[in-house]
Amino acid sequence: MTARGRVIIAALLAAAVASAAASAADAAAEAGPARRGGADGAAGAGGVRGAGGADAKVAAITNVRIVPVVGAEVASGTIVIEGGLIAGIGAGVAVPAGAEVVDGTGLRAYPGMIDSYSQLGLVEISGVAATVDNRETGRINPQVRALEAVRYDSMHIPIARSNGVTAAVVAPSGGVISGVSCLLRLDGWTNREMAVKPMAAMHIELPGLGGGRGGFAAGRMGAGTARVDGPGILAELKALFAAARAYEKRRDAAAKDARLPLPEFDETSEALLPLLKGEMPAMISVHGERDIRAAIAFVRDEGLGAVFYGVEQGFKAAGELAAAGIPVVLGSLYDLPPVWEDGYDAVFRNAGVMAKAGVKVAFSSSSSSLAKDLPYHAAKAAAFGLDRAEALRAVTINPAEIFGVADRMGSLEKGKAANIVLADNDILELRTKIVRVWIDGRECDLSNRYTELLEKFKKKGSNL
Amino acid sequence: MKKTVALVALVALAAILPPAAAFADGGSILVKNGTVLTVTKGVIPRGDVLVVGGVIKAVGENVAAPPGVRVVDAAGRYVLPGIIDSHTHIALAGTNEGADAITPEADVGSVINADDTAILTALSGGVTMVHTMHGSANPIGGANVVIKTKWGRPSEELVVTEALPTLKFALGENVKQSNRALQPGQAQRYPATRMGANAIIRREFERARNYMAQWDRYRKAAAAKNPAANLVPPRKDLRLEVLAEMLRGERVARCHSYQATESLEFMELAKEFGFKIQCFEHMWEGYKIADELRAAGIGISVFADFWAYKMEAAEGIAEMAGYCHNKGILVSINSDSGERIRRLFNDAAKTMKYGGLSEDEALRLVTINPAIQLGVDRIVGSLEVGKQGDIAVFSEHPMSAYTRCDMTIIEGDVYFDRDALVKEREESAAKAAAPGGEGGVS
Repeated sequence: MTARGRVIIAALLAAAVASAAASAADAAAEAGPARRGGADGAAGAGGVRGAGGADAKVAAITNVRIVPVVGAEVASGTIVIEGGLIAGIGAGVAVPAGAEVVDGTGLRAYPGMIDSYSQLGLVEISGVAATVDNRETGRINPQVRALEAVRYDSMHIPIARSNGVTAAVVAPSGGVISGVSCLLRLDGWTNREMAVKPMAAMHIELPGLGGGRGGFAAGRMGAGTARVDGPGILAELKALFAAARAYEKRRDAAAKDARLPLPEFDETSEALLPLLKGEMPAMISVHGERDIRAAIAFVRDEGLGAVFYGVEQGFKAAGELAAAGIPVVLGSLYDLPPVWEDGYDAVFRNAGVMAKAGVKVAFSSSSSSLAKDLPYHAAKAAAFGLDRAEALRAVTINPAEIFGVADRMGSLEKGKAANIVLADNDILELRTKIVRVWIDGRECDLSNRYTELLEKFKKKGSNL
Repeated sequence: MKKTVALVALVALAAILPPAAAFADGGSILVKNGTVLTVTKGVIPRGDVLVVGGVIKAVGENVAAPPGVRVVDAAGRYVLPGIIDSHTHIALAGTNEGADAITPEADVGSVINADDTAILTALSGGVTMVHTMHGSANPIGGANVVIKTKWGRPSEELVVTEALPTLKFALGENVKQSNRALQPGQAQRYPATRMGANAIIRREFERARNYMAQWDRYRKAAAAKNPAANLVPPRKDLRLEVLAEMLRGERVARCHSYQATESLEFMELAKEFGFKIQCFEHMWEGYKIADELRAAGIGISVFADFWAYKMEAAEGIAEMAGYCHNKGILVSINSDSGERIRRLFNDAAKTMKYGGLSEDEALRLVTINPAIQLGVDRIVGSLEVGKQGDIAVFSEHPMSAYTRCDMTIIEGDVYFDRDALVKEREESAAKAAAPGGEGGVS
């Protein structure tokens, strides 16, 4: 079959899957975080994953250098995996009888990394519209949910996983309200099975700064001008939120009193209510200094939980961000400064400046095909002033805290899900090889599109 | 618009390079005490590189500075040859002559834009030389040009005249225009298939052969004892003149291609007509025909892992550059971008993880290998006595994710100096913060 044929079939399959997921979603729309027993998983039906009962397996990684992210490093210790959780961790931990023993001599154990903004499962081949599902048409789309379209067998997921990324926020984009993201564990046979948070955040986008990027034939830096129409859009959102609150009052009043007229179903308001009730944060794409200040005031006035995304001029408003307690998810560092006068290294030093001011920062791939590069964005920021330990936190515990899952992931601690990455060196380094990966205590298959194609064509041999 | 660009360029120049910093060194400099990665002659753990008059005079330990020569202390840092980008489109006022499918006469060397701030971006990533190319809109595009990233110098001074003359070819989706929406009433351009792309290239080389034969016949006739009174020369054809250079071996092909089949067929055309393919560009399916490429002596200039942006890039694998290098193919990592150009060293480092290359091998992919591809390895690409003094200084080993380019030097002149830039920024911020301060660029 041709490559094109294969992809067309894959796309058809994906479409069928998405439509099945959509109908399943009708039934389970407000199901909330999919709990699967234990810290997501031990013995529940959802935990069975082909391997059948793999969750129940007891394993111990021994003689390994433990980098727990929270707490002190252990030069040589043991991690016990039981029931999908970290059952024991430290220097003097005994190996349970019958456990599979993994000798970690010469290796380091890290918590799996978390990508705070990705397109995994929504964008397969960016230039082929049939495989792109992250950007709905129109401006106001709070009703669309990333989880319901995630292609769980995306070729990009195993590649990211085999580089130590074990969870990712999958975000919709475009328009003003882009939709609802989900937080996925990067292991599972269906989209719902992968969901750690089906409704992670409501995505709002303020205008970009222009400039930046620098793709093919780019290099027009300086053409970017600081756009400041964010406040206008925020005013529009305030009106929309007020309407949703008013709708809720009418709806609830009518539910209690049959004499009152029943308001017509309002899809937008219904979809906004979980955000307005604090059931999820707003994740606001905001870029310029003035818009950042406006957005800080906006979330304060509206009483919203908030995460800011992008925040290219955050270094100019770091104090205010810190004072407001709003965490920041950096966009891809594979970008030029949108405003040239900010300096050639603005994108690189931004995270360091904000972290020093007390802002909680996290990195993102902002990609699907390069989601595997998450650690390198953190390392790049470290080259330009971010403390190296903070860089590691910004791809592990910080995103876990930002998205409310620090009770189960983001660090290697007893009782947390066993999301463990064994690496032969510093996990943020380009040359480091990831040796083994566990997600919820299940060891992952590290083969992927790269390795499959390579192995296939290695067999070709020379025909010359 | 033009005004804005010019203004911004001025501001940028003022911000990045204090007046006179760029050329004050007179082409002479001594970079001392760094870990010197020569690329071709090993590593000197604590070494010096002396450039005098733009040329490397000494690489070794305890080199003394001649009187008046600026000394840069690189203790704790890494000193390497300037990075070379084998395929990009920066510093051009135009990229594609897309109105026609065959445009070998469109020479990007005639539209060099020395004011493109992408040159500064390149410098900030240690890049000192680029092969800046015609785009991929046409099966036969235009001539490309090799320039140095000498920000602030006029375009004529950027051109590297020693480089091999190259011509851009392109295959696949871009020349098919399969990803473009036609405007109402707009006809689909020929070719719209890979069949057509191959056929049109064959047609043009047949025409070039015929054109050369016409001229040969004319010259013979003109040189005869009694030339005919009505003898007239053939019409001069600027397109075919360029293809004739290819057929005479005076110019080489740089061919944008992705798929195995289209590349193999372009190799058949090269055999049929006797022109040289220096390099396939992007070539995401190169690993599928690695043995064929090696046997034909064709290099590849590729991304490390930027893929899946279109159908023909959907089978790209991050292992490719390393795999092909290990097969004996001359591989370079290119940027094709005014952004990726400042992290070519990061991309090269990925081949250690995905291809098993050593640090030294990975560094070759952005230094000596592109220099060989461009035919300039006699003068650049490594730190050797007699080569041009193009040097980058990095804060950590260039193959580390934590590294940063701190200084970029071309022919002994400093074109990018991060320490000076940061110092200036701090002073400016302090001034702005001071009571009654005048403000400044933060």
